[in-house]
Amino acid sequence: MSEQVTGAQSLVTSLEAAGVTEIFGIPGGAILPAYDPLMDSTRIRHILVRHEQGAGHAAQGYAAASGRVGVCMATSGPGATNLVTPLADAHMDSTPIVAVTGQVGASMIGTDAFQEADIRGITMPITKHNFLVTDPAEIPRTIAEAFHIASTGRPGPVLVDVAKSALQSMTRFEWPTELQLPGYRPVTRPHAKQIKEAARLIQSARKPVLYVGGGVIRAGASRELFELATLTGIPVVTTLMARGAFPDSHPQHLGMPGMHGTVAAVAGLQKSDLIISLGARFDDRVTGNLDSFAPHALVIHADIDPAEIGKNRHADVPIVGDCKEVIADLVALLKAEGVQGDYEAWVDFVAGVKKTYPLGYDAPADGSLAPQLVLERLGAIAGPDAIYAAGVGQHQMWATHFIGFEKPNTWLNSGGLGTMGFSVPAAMGAKVACPDQTVWAIDGDGCFQMTNQELATCAINNIPIKVAIINNESLGMVRQWQTLFYNERYSNTDLHSKRIPDFVKLADAYGCVGLSCESPADVDATIEKAMAIDDQPVVVDFRVHRDAMVWPMVAAGTSNDEIKYARDLAPDFDDVEL
Amino acid sequence: MSKHTLSVLVENKPGVLARIASLFSRRGFNIDSLAVGPTEHDEISRMTIVVNVADSPLEQVTKQLNKLVEVIKIVELDGSASVNRELLLVKVRADASTRGAVLDAVQLFRAKVVDVAPDAVTIQAVGNADKLADLMRVLEPFGVRELVQSGMVAIGRGSRSISERTQRPVPVPAPQRAG
Repeated sequence: MSEQVTGAQSLVTSLEAAGVTEIFGIPGGAILPAYDPLMDSTRIRHILVRHEQGAGHAAQGYAAASGRVGVCMATSGPGATNLVTPLADAHMDSTPIVAVTGQVGASMIGTDAFQEADIRGITMPITKHNFLVTDPAEIPRTIAEAFHIASTGRPGPVLVDVAKSALQSMTRFEWPTELQLPGYRPVTRPHAKQIKEAARLIQSARKPVLYVGGGVIRAGASRELFELATLTGIPVVTTLMARGAFPDSHPQHLGMPGMHGTVAAVAGLQKSDLIISLGARFDDRVTGNLDSFAPHALVIHADIDPAEIGKNRHADVPIVGDCKEVIADLVALLKAEGVQGDYEAWVDFVAGVKKTYPLGYDAPADGSLAPQLVLERLGAIAGPDAIYAAGVGQHQMWATHFIGFEKPNTWLNSGGLGTMGFSVPAAMGAKVACPDQTVWAIDGDGCFQMTNQELATCAINNIPIKVAIINNESLGMVRQWQTLFYNERYSNTDLHSKRIPDFVKLADAYGCVGLSCESPADVDATIEKAMAIDDQPVVVDFRVHRDAMVWPMVAAGTSNDEIKYARDLAPDFDDVEL
Repeated sequence: MSKHTLSVLVENKPGVLARIASLFSRRGFNIDSLAVGPTEHDEISRMTIVVNVADSPLEQVTKQLNKLVEVIKIVELDGSASVNRELLLVKVRADASTRGAVLDAVQLFRAKVVDVAPDAVTIQAVGNADKLADLMRVLEPFGVRELVQSGMVAIGRGSRSISERTQRPVPVPAPQRAG
């Protein structure tokens, strides 16, 4: 019989048993008992953040970069509610994280006690699952279940809310040998019949496209994807969540589809006769107006979440399974059958579109700094082994287009929820998970001001991330819409960030190195200087031209056929006969 | 739009009803009727949910419900292959001059009087939605003082059970040891 311990000790031992080595968090009244034994843990490093939202995004960055479950911890009430945004973000982007929150004592629950919030109720719609633990004996099983649920099937966030009374009571730590989750049975093995049907469609298609989503990255299926793509010669598009799943440098890669996708990727989907969707979910930012999306395409839809299949677009061949297994099975069957589809005219067509409408930008006429240039040079100098964590907005789109991704898990961003402020804490989490890799936070001046307090965490805990602020002194994406759709009436998008705050001084105040760059001629030297600093976080204020816009663009709610290559410039490929 | 009856087996744990209600509300599905109760297994509760949707969203409803960790099984019950019942209690005005007519209606519908007052009777009726609607049409002219109705419960015809044990334990990885 194991010895008597407090619930708090049992919680810490359970987290250790689940394999946790890092936790991002902030203590407070209700979670306080857990922080006492945590201090003695030799296996868990707790990183004290400055805001719980930072803890949550750090756990996300940790998970997205490494594939391991990220963990964050907070107290009851406001501590827990500050985790709401990262939990919602992780839910949208299928990021495996576990959040442990303290709750007021069991007898106080429901009395509107000090710092009480029904965080389980609040987070029901934004977590994969959540728990409220009031019995200390339930702590080990709940933690084991939480990690199992977060990391298997379609990954996602799980919250474990533990009453203070449970942490303070005596119990025994007993790690469960089996879980009782009768309603949780994710299907990972695809059905052989469906694989066969998919292979038949692939062989008979003339204009197929591999539509690759974040599921391929979460499943660790990049190698399998590469094999499928090179075996068949089918063109590939990678969504915002899948950037890096297939090398950008590969000739079959058409780039990112969607609202700000490349012309080749958008045209590739629109004109296709077969979409092979792998771990993607036909998000509205990809499809544009759904009724006119890829009107002549049959759809093979493979996803580990059956609810995604057929949700937005009818699937002709639904395949429920883990992408790694689905793609491996497809490759094996296609190889065995040895039938090569005839895609030659199609491949020529999309290659032609890619060549005619490459990603590009005009250098500002006044000689000021183009944001795209910064990201292009950053990608070239930091290279494909670095990890890039973006915020949300124009800089995110420029980063996804111009950095050049070659490897999975090197591009972290908030795709589904679109959370401004994601970048700095996510980069921090990624750097903790992958200390030997260079980690760049690519942030806008608006985003950066939402979560830059975590620079203190980075500086104090020796987490030397690098931050590139793409400073156009405005909420740039919103401003772009105001330019295009609101007659250049710039209501509340001017942040004056070239004046206030002084980002170099702010970096300095936070114990980071602050650099600034305003001229195209200085971009390389500034990035190289930042790359040379390894023992301190670096913040670079790239002061860019404020009127640069993100192109290509499909206006919200319109058809992908209406894509504009640049303002008032529509690509012309409609009369091509295939 | 059409009505579908779903029998949902869920783990008998606190918060399950909130989880299901919140899912319906968040995804914009409409619940016509909901009834929850115990089953022959202590650890399993059964919900009968009547939803009013088109066919393709119904698939989304069941798929989204299935994603809930505490949902064990969902079966759509076909009207002709199942028995469905609702319980209705209604207080109807009935004085000496009308009581006889009210009691006739009660008898015709095989309902039951469960309480009597000088100027009213309380009637209990069990049946499917159509039968109860018919009863109400007959009773309304007498004056309905109060009405309460349960959600629908339903069970498939024949000897098969949907709640045969489906529990298989999941092995847990051994605890991680240092070094």
